[in-house]
Amino acid sequence: MTTTAAYQVSHLDALEAESIFVLREVVAEMERPVLLFSGGKDSIVMLWLAQKAFAPANIPFPVLHVDTGHNFPEVLAYRDQRVAELGLQLVVASVPEALASGLVRESADGMRNRIQTPVLLAAVEQHRFDALFGGARRDEEKARAKERVFSFRDEFGQWDPKNQRPELWSLYNGRHQPGESIRAFPLSNWTELDVWHYIARERIEAPSIYYAHEREVIERDGMLYAVNEFIRPRAGEERFKARVRYRTVGDASCTAAVRSDADTVAKVIAEVAATRITERGATRGDDRVSEAAMEDRKREGYF
Amino acid sequence: MTTETTAEVGAEAASARPMDLLRFATAGSVDDGKSTLIGRLLYDTRSLFTDQLAAVEAVSAARGDEYTNLALLTDGLRAEREQGITIDVAYRYFATPRRKFIIADTPGHIQYTRNMVTGASTADLALILVDARKGLVEQSRRHAFLCSLLRVPHLVLCVNKMDLVDWSREVYERIADEFTAFAAKLDVPDLTVVPVSALHGDNIVSRSEKMPWYEGPSLLHHLERVHIASDRNLVDVRFPVQYVIRPQSTTVTDYRGYAGQVASGVLKPDDEVMVLPSGFTSRIAAVETADGPVPEAFPPMSVTVRLTDEIDISRGDMICRPNNAPAVAQDIEAMVCWMDETRPLQLGGRYVIKHTTRSARAIVRGLHYRLDINSLHRDESAGELRLNEIGRVRFRTMVPLLVDEYRRNRTTGGFVVIDETTNRTVGAGMIVEAG
Repeated sequence: MTTTAAYQVSHLDALEAESIFVLREVVAEMERPVLLFSGGKDSIVMLWLAQKAFAPANIPFPVLHVDTGHNFPEVLAYRDQRVAELGLQLVVASVPEALASGLVRESADGMRNRIQTPVLLAAVEQHRFDALFGGARRDEEKARAKERVFSFRDEFGQWDPKNQRPELWSLYNGRHQPGESIRAFPLSNWTELDVWHYIARERIEAPSIYYAHEREVIERDGMLYAVNEFIRPRAGEERFKARVRYRTVGDASCTAAVRSDADTVAKVIAEVAATRITERGATRGDDRVSEAAMEDRKREGYF
Repeated sequence: MTTETTAEVGAEAASARPMDLLRFATAGSVDDGKSTLIGRLLYDTRSLFTDQLAAVEAVSAARGDEYTNLALLTDGLRAEREQGITIDVAYRYFATPRRKFIIADTPGHIQYTRNMVTGASTADLALILVDARKGLVEQSRRHAFLCSLLRVPHLVLCVNKMDLVDWSREVYERIADEFTAFAAKLDVPDLTVVPVSALHGDNIVSRSEKMPWYEGPSLLHHLERVHIASDRNLVDVRFPVQYVIRPQSTTVTDYRGYAGQVASGVLKPDDEVMVLPSGFTSRIAAVETADGPVPEAFPPMSVTVRLTDEIDISRGDMICRPNNAPAVAQDIEAMVCWMDETRPLQLGGRYVIKHTTRSARAIVRGLHYRLDINSLHRDESAGELRLNEIGRVRFRTMVPLLVDEYRRNRTTGGFVVIDETTNRTVGAGMIVEAG
């Protein structure tokens, strides 16, 4: 904690203190919390804050990964390494298994962003989780700008944006009936730049794909997609090598990379500070469907 | 887990002057140019992204708007865009090298008083906009009153659209004087008035050459420098216990720490403390964070406090000083803003009050008056409070709450009212007195 004689704290300390408060509040008031952990930078920071919130005790809840089957191997390896280090219980909600059992069907475009919602909700029901920590930030997307820190979900996991509970001071209302749940967002007030400044300050290791590296890519809809088992060049698409990094980590079939030379945290911070395009706008095919793509997914139970 | 590449950045960040955080609420409607003003602040601080702007331009063009409607930036919900109205509080972020800013952007009309109260509850500063051509309207006075009710420490009145009144000093001064006179009747500790043109960017980031007669700072200059450190209460030690940390571990034994966020005051090792409601006293053995012990803790730090004695303390208890303690009260007098559209607050109504980390069942014992938030007239014949109405209410709680007056302490003086049958948050209360 960096403090001055005038009893002032930096913006990162203020954000950290607020996030720790939210994490503790959920654990104190809810029966069965779980933290959504994908290996993405936001969930990494959230897990780091959880470790701080309950130290010297262990993190008092398991982590949940919604595995779409379209993974970046570096991120999966990072997930397993972190879970082992912290001695956490990992629950995997598997989309491939749900496809095999018939719970969901592959969508026409092959994107699994939408079909992961029923898989998440099935895992929540099976484990009777009543509070789910998500790393979503309000600066990411305009539907998320109106999201509460404690977001109430009905028994179908649905979000009703017009019927949200007022949230005043730091008084969060997590009351719910059996079957209903709360999504809690400790990073609500963080921006992409805050996350990277914090990763630098705390010296948190992030998966290597967040830093510039050489990769074989194709250009599609103005974005650079890695050529891998999920993305094959279509007719007219040329594969080429480029120096890229990922700004977000999601389903490997719809998450694009950006051209970058930022191979250190300092360079990533400089790049993020100078960028003129939002992270989701730059890298997410799934958000380009419509003006309200995110709101519609959230209503169905997505984060 | 550590990466070598971060070492340089860490060192650099430590030597630089740390940025602090300012939360502010904006109230007004599209007509006042509020969205244009926010858009201008975001754009000029490079916090507005080209894909966001392109999306707004495309939607504006498709709807046949004559200009790029920046309100679409904050109106994120489908219903809002379809109906062309702002329903809910939207949070926006921008930063300058000096400060990070969180804007709670609230709709201005009377039917959204609930949203404005919500946005103001955490604000260090509130920004009220008026149209220079129209001057103060009922809505401006209502916004000022709500800011004073919620004890927002700093108020800024932006007299907007100065370009449309020919940059007139007389117009500006008439509005500034009228507002200052009105604010004097309220509890407004700090007021600044700035003449601006959000559309043209005058007095937003830098001083305008069009209004040489104005000697004050630009809006952003004021937002960057307004002194907020003294707004916190560093006198009254209030530490609501949030969670008890007791590791079930073979390596850490006999550890018992009380985790929470400092509401007010400064806690230091060796301080004598009292724990309420039990009244037991002890001393602080250590104030800790995950990074180790700290010499002192103050708002808004989240820490873990360890005491020298083993006493029974649980969530909802409060650590304070023996000679400076909150009231331990079951009878609470408060100004209440009602937030539920389905059922009004009624005499004899039963609710749950959530106050700091403690919840208590409560019954409404009295409704002294309902306040007309436009005229400030008190209606003592009122029998209920409906959505967006404000009144003075007396509650009786089943267990004692540990409270201060809201004007002295926004954290230990504020509470929310929850309907036990629907679990909805139905009201917000600001404690006037407790006995």
